[in-house]
Amino acid sequence: MTFSRPHTHQLRTARHYLPGIMIMLALITLFTSLPASAEYGDVVLNNRAEKAGMRPVIFPHWFHRIRFRCRVCHTEVGFEMRAGSNNILMSDIIDGRFCGKCHNNKIAWGPENCPICHSGLPGLESGVRGGATTGGPGRW
Amino acid sequence: MKRRIAERVLAAFIGLWVAQTVPAVEEVFAPEGPGQWLPIKADGLHDPAGPAVNQLQNPAEALFYLPSAFSGNKVRWVEAIQEGYIEPLPSILDNDYQMQVLDLDVMRTRTAELPMVLFPHKKHTEWLECGNCHEWLFKSKRGATRFGMFDVLAGEYCGRCHGAVAFPLTECFYCHSVRRSELKTPVKELELHK
Repeated sequence: MTFSRPHTHQLRTARHYLPGIMIMLALITLFTSLPASAEYGDVVLNNRAEKAGMRPVIFPHWFHRIRFRCRVCHTEVGFEMRAGSNNILMSDIIDGRFCGKCHNNKIAWGPENCPICHSGLPGLESGVRGGATTGGPGRW
Repeated sequence: MKRRIAERVLAAFIGLWVAQTVPAVEEVFAPEGPGQWLPIKADGLHDPAGPAVNQLQNPAEALFYLPSAFSGNKVRWVEAIQEGYIEPLPSILDNDYQMQVLDLDVMRTRTAELPMVLFPHKKHTEWLECGNCHEWLFKSKRGATRFGMFDVLAGEYCGRCHGAVAFPLTECFYCHSVRRSELKTPVKELELHK
């Protein structure tokens, strides 16, 4: 048995697997950090609600996508596809913008039904929640 | 040799038995009983003390009838639409609006050791319109949009939806679906089909 420096091709193999290992580690940390709760795609909106004395808003994607295609909200209503980038005021909704484009007592129930949307647990952080199998990675 | 095989088989059985005794996440989080979907009042998100928990529809009521999957909403949404289980409205402004379905596959070949990615426009345009992705997120010109798996994992490009509302990023082979060994002729990066 001889002690020598590892061959160059062995070094290259180790480096070869590094991106794969890094991606695996990233996946493991991302998907195990949050406890599984909520339904996949549920969005918590709490930038303003609790400061104004209301429960946080829970938006269920699953409920809405049974009834409407993505383009309805993300084109016609104008919701940007990034949690937190839509600056929604309750006055906008009452004036018929954002949620208020449907929640106007014509297409869906109106904005006077406060607690149906403002139904979250106090102290929730805004963002998209994962689901039964993933917590959903960082930026959501 | 035979003893080693026997030991491994025994270990596998013990492992399976131990795995069965671990309660599923749903059982821990949903006191009402195990299920595919958490009820509204026990999902850790809705306030059980609020009035809405008795008014809102539980996911199980609606999603139980749709084609089932193992991840995300436990629903294969594309099949649900294609096989007519659901008919989501394409527009709230125009009653005659028809979805502009584009049947065009895009192959992304630079995927390191993983199988190549086949992007089906058809499945996406049944839900979305061109402008939802083009030209701001993805350029229509082939090869003009450069991104990698790290971007997707960080919530950019495909990751805008996949991992948030569309099927999650644990399902590697839904996207990485074309093995190089199965192709008779090598394909070019971003080759368009159909």
